[in-house]
Amino acid sequence: MTQANETGPVGRPGLFARLWRWFFSQSKRAWGVIAATAFALGIVFWGGFNWAMEATNTEAFCISCHEMKDNVFAEYRNTVHYSNKTGVRATCPDCHVPKEWGHKVVRKIQASNELLHKALGTIDTKEKFDGHRLTMSRSVWRAMKTTDSRECRNCHDFKSMDLSLQESRASRLHQSALNEGKTCIDCHQGIAHKLPPKAVEAYNDMLDTIDKVGLTQRIVDYLQDADVEKAKTAKR
Amino acid sequence: MMPRPLISNVLAAAALVAGLTLAAISHAQVKGLRETPLTEVAPAPEVVKQSTPADGFGRAYRQQPPLIPHKTDGYQVAVDNNQCMTCHDWPGNTRVNAPKISETHYVDRQGVRLDKVAGTRYFCLQCHVPQADAKPLVGNSFQNATQAK
Repeated sequence: MTQANETGPVGRPGLFARLWRWFFSQSKRAWGVIAATAFALGIVFWGGFNWAMEATNTEAFCISCHEMKDNVFAEYRNTVHYSNKTGVRATCPDCHVPKEWGHKVVRKIQASNELLHKALGTIDTKEKFDGHRLTMSRSVWRAMKTTDSRECRNCHDFKSMDLSLQESRASRLHQSALNEGKTCIDCHQGIAHKLPPKAVEAYNDMLDTIDKVGLTQRIVDYLQDADVEKAKTAKR
Repeated sequence: MMPRPLISNVLAAAALVAGLTLAAISHAQVKGLRETPLTEVAPAPEVVKQSTPADGFGRAYRQQPPLIPHKTDGYQVAVDNNQCMTCHDWPGNTRVNAPKISETHYVDRQGVRLDKVAGTRYFCLQCHVPQADAKPLVGNSFQNATQAK
């Protein structure tokens, strides 16, 4: 055995060493081929990755599971984001998945928790879904509150909002919301889905405990650029 | 016994003819609000917008439930939530400068005063309704209480 160990590296070099030698013994033409292949594979893999991610970012994908189709999607079909006078629609990912690439990937990784609960059947009946509605609502409210309703703002930006064209009451309230640094979700809860029981009290309770979260949520907050301090100090 | 069926047949035929004539006459004369014949599909009525005056509607008489001058589409009023109360219950109304519901709405039918809207007053849209900016189908000479004095 000792003899084999001593002669081994001399007779037949290790895998890494052989690759290293092969790599640097190539001609200039082979280098070009390697570079071109790497470039092409890069496009294929990167494009494929993004294509797959976008495929999971469609309404058809979201409602392919009955938890979404029979509950939140059914509720959303009666709202202005599904059907309205201009025909501009907001589908599930427009509100629930960030547009910016980094934030989107983080949200997609968070969704692995949703896959886990799909497998566990946590909300696979109407009764179970309603039982968890408060938890899920609070989670979405908190995300929207701490990111200044970023996904709403993709369409509804205060900068592009002409308050003079709005109905008198809406105009007045939007002006005061702007002055007080409020965000969309502070008033517009339950606009696309059914509210959880005692929604106003639940929302205020969410605001009171907005910084009382575990380590995982803190990491998510950091990666999503969530401003918890600002949300905490905002005027009610 | 031959004449009797003959007479009854003649009478039946006469009644049928008279009935058909009457039906034809009445069809020609009666003019309902639906101007299209029953056998045809009536054109869809004109779409009217909701009336949303900035200062509200005012009241036609003292006890009138105030009318709603804003959209209520999608407001959830169910056993768990009453979204009207977000702005029209105290203290929420002070934040958005909305009218507070009447004090009578905090009293239940035994006369007990409550902190929240009474169950008997829970369904706002039973009495308070939005108004469409629609032309009345028939004339109306209603005068409100102040005009009639």
